[in-house]
Amino acid sequence: MSEVSAPKPLLEIKDLAITFSTPEGPVNAVRNANLTVMPGETVAIVGESGSGKSTTALSAIGLLPGNGKVSAGQILFDGEDLAQAPEKRFVELRGNHIGMVPQDPMSNLNPVWKIGFQVKETLKANGLAGDKPNERVAQVLADAGLPNPAARANQYPHEFSGGMRQRALIAIGLACRPRLLIADEPTSALDVTVQQQILDHLDTMTSELGTAVLLITHDLGLAAERAEKVIVMYKGQVVESGPALELLRNPQHPYTKRLINSAPSLAAKQGVEVKTPHEEQAAKNDNVLEVKDLTKVFDIRKGFGRKDKFTAVDKVSFAVPRGTTTAVVGESGSGKSTIAQMVLNLLEPTSGEITFDGQKMSKLSEKELFKFRRRVQPIFQDPYGSLDPMYSIYRTIEEPLRIHGIGSTAEREKKVRELLDQVSMPASTMHRFPNELSGGQRQRIAIARALALQPEMIVCDEAVSALDVLVQAQVLELLQQLQDELGLTYLFITHDLAVVRQIADDVVVMERGKMVEHASTDEVFTSAQSDYTRNLLNAIPGATLL
Amino acid sequence: MISFVLKRFLQLIPVFIGATLLVYFLVFATPGDPIAALSGGKPMSPAVEDALRAQYNLDKPFWVQYGLYLKNLFTFDLGMSFSGQEVKDLLARAFPVTARLAVIAMAIEAVFGIIFGVIAGMRKGKIFDSTVLVLSLLVIAVPTFVLGFVLQVVVGVQLGWAKPTVSGQATWGELILPGLVLGLVSFAYVLRLTRTSVIENKTADYVRTATAKGLSRPRVITVHILRNSLIPVVTYLGADLGALMGGAIVTEGIFNVPGIGNLLFKAIRFGETPTVVAIVGVLVIIFVVANLVVDMLYALLDPRIRYA
Repeated sequence: MSEVSAPKPLLEIKDLAITFSTPEGPVNAVRNANLTVMPGETVAIVGESGSGKSTTALSAIGLLPGNGKVSAGQILFDGEDLAQAPEKRFVELRGNHIGMVPQDPMSNLNPVWKIGFQVKETLKANGLAGDKPNERVAQVLADAGLPNPAARANQYPHEFSGGMRQRALIAIGLACRPRLLIADEPTSALDVTVQQQILDHLDTMTSELGTAVLLITHDLGLAAERAEKVIVMYKGQVVESGPALELLRNPQHPYTKRLINSAPSLAAKQGVEVKTPHEEQAAKNDNVLEVKDLTKVFDIRKGFGRKDKFTAVDKVSFAVPRGTTTAVVGESGSGKSTIAQMVLNLLEPTSGEITFDGQKMSKLSEKELFKFRRRVQPIFQDPYGSLDPMYSIYRTIEEPLRIHGIGSTAEREKKVRELLDQVSMPASTMHRFPNELSGGQRQRIAIARALALQPEMIVCDEAVSALDVLVQAQVLELLQQLQDELGLTYLFITHDLAVVRQIADDVVVMERGKMVEHASTDEVFTSAQSDYTRNLLNAIPGATLL
Repeated sequence: MISFVLKRFLQLIPVFIGATLLVYFLVFATPGDPIAALSGGKPMSPAVEDALRAQYNLDKPFWVQYGLYLKNLFTFDLGMSFSGQEVKDLLARAFPVTARLAVIAMAIEAVFGIIFGVIAGMRKGKIFDSTVLVLSLLVIAVPTFVLGFVLQVVVGVQLGWAKPTVSGQATWGELILPGLVLGLVSFAYVLRLTRTSVIENKTADYVRTATAKGLSRPRVITVHILRNSLIPVVTYLGADLGALMGGAIVTEGIFNVPGIGNLLFKAIRFGETPTVVAIVGVLVIIFVVANLVVDMLYALLDPRIRYA
């Protein structure tokens, strides 16, 4: 390069405003947004859902939803203003100049086409398929770290794991060597260890290709670890921006400070005592739940009547003292949710015994089981899926009371009011429906529903995994507070070691159905015994920054 | 896949027996004496009447009648109609006509229904979409016999573009107008189904990703939206193929098409059990095979569906 003048920015967004037209009138999703991405640089936009971070990034590749429009400002890509560019221009730019890696690997590959086909059409559309397109496809997939790419190209997305799909999507995003890559929460749906591998790989690839990355994430820790520059967005506006570490160590805006304080990935390593331990309860040796040699073997059909055995849970034993929280941690497929289902008596163990409050679960009669259901309640991951959309909030919370024949109609209504109050929701919520509430509010309703029968134990299966960091922190706090008030025992299933620090007394670490570690939270965080646990800990983004 | 197909064909046996038994019984239980109907209400000598009854097994109890029918079926003897013709021959003449009619109707509803549906879906809320929606509602709301007569008079008689009635040969050309009438209602349904399905799929994440890859809009629509939108449409078309082959009694009546619908209508009116049951039996097989084809098309359209 003979240029001696200061390098020109690759992407420069100036005073950008984006408006969505809705039946209720125009909504300003983004206002006065400014950002600059230099060639080869990684810039992260951080914010919660609805902050406008994705909208801002998508406007640069002309992918705003149908009702969204750039209403003011400029999007300068290599000096060319794309703010009002026609669709034709974007078709030329997409792929070979601006690439994208989308958020959810499960929904972003077309389920009916083979992976290879979906890569190949990218190459073809941008005139890069060459004479031997299949070899090129295999090469692109191999570059993205997909093992055995030629054979893999011949498979369908549903034959891929989440991590592999994300690799395929990265391969597609980088196939045509774009100068700018928009990575929209590229790993938020993945396990931490997979997340780390994928981001490492993305780093390597983009630095080799000299691609600039606009990384969108809700995780400040991740942003700080991966990006040179961080931009914090809140309610459609850029509230703070600057070099990553500087911003993390010396945040100016109150919102940034809140984000830093509630990011579990950061809090986990700060050594801050987020969790008051329940040593006195543990000392009493009063175990609500005892699990002994618990094993679950699934039959997997292989066609022609052949079956394979798959051991999802292999001889797991642990005990949960009354009034404490035990977290079961592991990646997808580690058997943690299977344990939760067996503890809830929704799935029968192949062997081993679960004892709840001195009673062996396998011995329960129909009637005793009904009583048991009252004492142990679940909260599930997806607050969108676990509340019946046709039931009002009142009916959702009241239903368990009615089934168990508790109180008169008036008493039940009073109880529902109390429960809503306990989870900090106004009583007026009663008459609303799940679709009118936000994710965090729905999870509060799910908690109220679980509390309705005054259970002794609550099994939280990834109860906060689907929530934004700030909401996650609030829900965790609520769970904590309820535990202190009501003496609840939690079995907390999660893939996120970072939240464990905030909530758990004890930790059970699972790897492929086996328990690899069982110790107090402090011990796990300070002196983990197994390599697997240490890997999990190291994979927490931003872990080494503070 | 092969075992799946075999299983489905085995299922055909009980379905076939159940359906023919039911129909046999219904015709048996229909009030009215077939022999009296045959003679047109004129008095008939008891000897002739008895001979006729014996010939068509009408003097025997129901189970014996049905049993004899099934027995004959295995030797491909479908019995005789009251007019003295082999039912086999009647079917052989009527089915090709109905099949031609069904193919025309199916082609019209599938091709135009899907094309219009995709355009309407992609332009949701625009003028094309609204116009097509209103028109399709109109087509669904107007009964076939009204639509049939109007088109017969306007296109067939006044404009003279097509023959208003069909000859005994029922050639492809003659069947276009009846096929259009027959296919119009389903065309409206296919259009609406495709439109809804396209609207649902066009906001899918993978469609946005396909656009982000730099694909042109026509390619995104045909490769990524259309194929994923076809499953509900194929289900409908499969069920509709069975209905079309069942003969459109009204349409065939209006245009005097010598097809299955006409044959079935006459046979029911005269209480000709062998003819009615034979037609229904063939229709059952067509329905089951059509549904099997639909199931196999699913697997073709969506690789996640696999049959074992």
